[in-house]
Amino acid sequence: MITASGDMESARSGLWEPHYHHDVIATRTLGFWLYMLSDAMIFAGLFAAYGVLSHTYNTAGGPGLHALVHPWTAYAETLAVFASVLAYGGVMVALKRGNRAGVLLGLVAAFVLGAVFVGLEVHEFAALFRMGIYPQGSGYLSAFFALVMTHGIHMAFGLLWMATMFFQVAAQGFTDKTVYRLLNLKLFWHFQAILWVLVYTFVDMRGVL
Amino acid sequence: MVNVQGPWSPLLGRLSLGAIPDNPIIAGAFIFSVLLGILVLVYLTYADRWGYLWREWLTTVDHKKIGVMYIIIGLVMLFRGFIDALMMRTQQVLADGAHSPGFLGAAHGYLVPYHFDQVYSAHGTIMILFAATPILVGLMNVVVPLQIGARDMAFPYLNALGLWLTAVGAALVMLSLFLGDFSHAGWVGLTPLTELAYSPGVGTDYWMWAIQISSVGTTLGAANLIATIVKMRAPGMSWGRLPIFTWTALSTNIIALTSFPVLGVALGLLGLDRYFGTHFFTAGLGGNLMLYSDLFWIWGHPEVYFVILPAFGMMSEIIPTFSEKPLFGYVTMVAASFAIAGVSWSVWLHHFFTMGASPRVNTFFSVATMVVGIPTGVKVFNWAFTVYRGRSRFDTPMMWAIGALFMLLVGGLTGMMLAMPPVNYSVHNSVFVVAHFHTMLMVVVYGILGAVSYWFPKVFGFRLNEALGKRFFWSFTIGTIVVFIPMYTSGFMGMTRRLDYLTNPALMPFEIAEEIGIGFYLVSIYYFVRQLYVSLRDRNANRVGADAWGSARTLEWLAPSPVPFYNFAVTPRVHARDELVWRRGQGLEGAAPPRYEDIPMPRNTSVPLAIGALALGLGFGLVWRIWWLTDVSFIAIILTVIARSFVRDTDYVVKAGEVEGIEKRLRQRAAEAARAATSASGIDALRPRESNP
Repeated sequence: MITASGDMESARSGLWEPHYHHDVIATRTLGFWLYMLSDAMIFAGLFAAYGVLSHTYNTAGGPGLHALVHPWTAYAETLAVFASVLAYGGVMVALKRGNRAGVLLGLVAAFVLGAVFVGLEVHEFAALFRMGIYPQGSGYLSAFFALVMTHGIHMAFGLLWMATMFFQVAAQGFTDKTVYRLLNLKLFWHFQAILWVLVYTFVDMRGVL
Repeated sequence: MVNVQGPWSPLLGRLSLGAIPDNPIIAGAFIFSVLLGILVLVYLTYADRWGYLWREWLTTVDHKKIGVMYIIIGLVMLFRGFIDALMMRTQQVLADGAHSPGFLGAAHGYLVPYHFDQVYSAHGTIMILFAATPILVGLMNVVVPLQIGARDMAFPYLNALGLWLTAVGAALVMLSLFLGDFSHAGWVGLTPLTELAYSPGVGTDYWMWAIQISSVGTTLGAANLIATIVKMRAPGMSWGRLPIFTWTALSTNIIALTSFPVLGVALGLLGLDRYFGTHFFTAGLGGNLMLYSDLFWIWGHPEVYFVILPAFGMMSEIIPTFSEKPLFGYVTMVAASFAIAGVSWSVWLHHFFTMGASPRVNTFFSVATMVVGIPTGVKVFNWAFTVYRGRSRFDTPMMWAIGALFMLLVGGLTGMMLAMPPVNYSVHNSVFVVAHFHTMLMVVVYGILGAVSYWFPKVFGFRLNEALGKRFFWSFTIGTIVVFIPMYTSGFMGMTRRLDYLTNPALMPFEIAEEIGIGFYLVSIYYFVRQLYVSLRDRNANRVGADAWGSARTLEWLAPSPVPFYNFAVTPRVHARDELVWRRGQGLEGAAPPRYEDIPMPRNTSVPLAIGALALGLGFGLVWRIWWLTDVSFIAIILTVIARSFVRDTDYVVKAGEVEGIEKRLRQRAAEAARAATSASGIDALRPRESNP
């Protein structure tokens, strides 16, 4: 027990923490990791559906994996997505140095390379459509298109985000908000690259082997 | 895009005057809703409350107000779900045996089979996703930041967005009542019944998009709550001092964050089937029906624990407060919560033991299901030992908590029975199963009702009427007993679920008993509404100080009641697991901070509301296949999000002087309330209480 009034006073001041603030960027980053966990679960569900629907009877006599994948296109896409991630690494280096022009330049490079990836994927799908291969063909085709296209849509949204960040950094420079967004976009972009590695391994590579 | 049956126009999609149902029950519900709506609008205009509503509620980012709005949505939907239950019970008591009468075009009873199917589908969907989930999310929203000594959630803007997306889901369900129909395929949406070929109407689409949109909100809310608990704790609030409700909120939101995306996948793939003609779950062309059941229940079972864990947390807060003892077995309670959350991922197949998986698979899931009983048993004993040799008081929250304990016992033991595949084979799809999971969900309802009366004074500054609360509790409890004991019995006698007509007249007595039970529920609703009314009317006589119960233990009771918008004038430093008990023991319970300071707070914003309105447009357009509306809404949502990201001025500062003024006023009012309480007889707000244990 505290009895003396002086002790009381010190105990009271120990009850409160004046000017206590939380680290905004760390909180935002954790929040984004949590978002990515939920996104990973979406892909887990899609991969599971793909696995379940990739028996021969799921193709319903239609084309299987071997008819769908083009290893060299997929390889080129892989190079594009990795180069884009590397370019985004350049953005991070420039951000650390507080170099706004470097950040903008890196964003443009990462955007262009990401757009190359999306373009190649669109090209690949267009070729399949020309051959009369559609998601409506069979359960297997549905799962194949759903998985690969979901990744493609994520990439497209990443590009939209990059474009937004380009204008935001150009207009506002480095504020708490723009910095944590650049950091989160880094996480997102790496995450999509990792997902592409999984798609490449479990879809494209399996089609070649 | 697949072609749908019936007319379609570019402007209105499938929508036409024929979409308005011509059923007297629905017409009655419509008139009731319109009158209620007009009444609210007239009141708002007459009392000049529009500005208040807009500033203080619709555009708020305050976690307490958002929580309260979540709870209001949940209670409204709880009422709607109850009406569905009342309709089902009435149908079954009327349509019993070959000579039972038929009304309103039905051969037996008063609901045609297609309508009855919609009623039970709506009941399930509403109760789980639009009543239990929003109320729990709302309570976590209100309580968690207060319990950890934070000013708000980690992401207040995202919090408001989650609320409005949940509201959109609820709104779509309500719209389906008056415009088109609702799903008739059960709340689980059995494939291939939900495929376009077998459900060509808009009912399944309403069900699908309502869940899809609101579950995006729940997922965002889960990420928000986890980030809040991990990052926003007050200094000294170590993991070992985290209140149990916050622990259960953490475990339950880890479940939500990881399981709701799987539901999104299941419904998304079903949507692709219905809108693009793919073959994920179709009966032909390489589709796999079981894939849907698996994906749905991989979400569905964790969801069950998502709703029950916060209820366990509420009981763990209420029981120590009213036993005036610390919670027995804090560490095992935390471990049990996380064990339940973990095991929740490996039991989903027990929802379809009879679907023909191999005995080995069934055995695994049977054993995993029984394992759940271990941590749950630990919890039950912890609560029992907390009450043991405590100074028990039976205020309304404690009554609900004890009631929940009994529900858990009955529901848990019947769950053990169902976990055995041989038993499961004989009672599968019987009303025994229905009675089991209703008893379990009653744990949630009892927990919620206890928590609402427990934390109500914290948010609003006055207590709910005690006498009417007790009447509410007892009429509700009698209802529960009288409905569900006959339901267990008729389930054992072989009555299958989802029947709009009973062939066996021997079941009649049970149906009559259940109808009487539902009457008790109706009485309990009357007492609840009356309790709210009387408490609001007499609020000045029931004002409370910071600690509304005189024996509360955790940090939220340190803040004034009602909690000001900034929560704590100065962030408290935490010294013990039961911080308030520690401070009380030191004689520092009412100690005010030595000086006040400026507080940075997030600014109100109408953007989440706008995104919610656009999401409603998106959902409505998707249901009725109005493509211009979906396109416009979707693009507008993206542009709104981008535009909002350019706004820099999202925070403001509350000046120290203003904080001091608010705190002074609240203290004064609390002191007056305490004086009034001692002078008035019968109110024992200042009863003697324990010292530091």
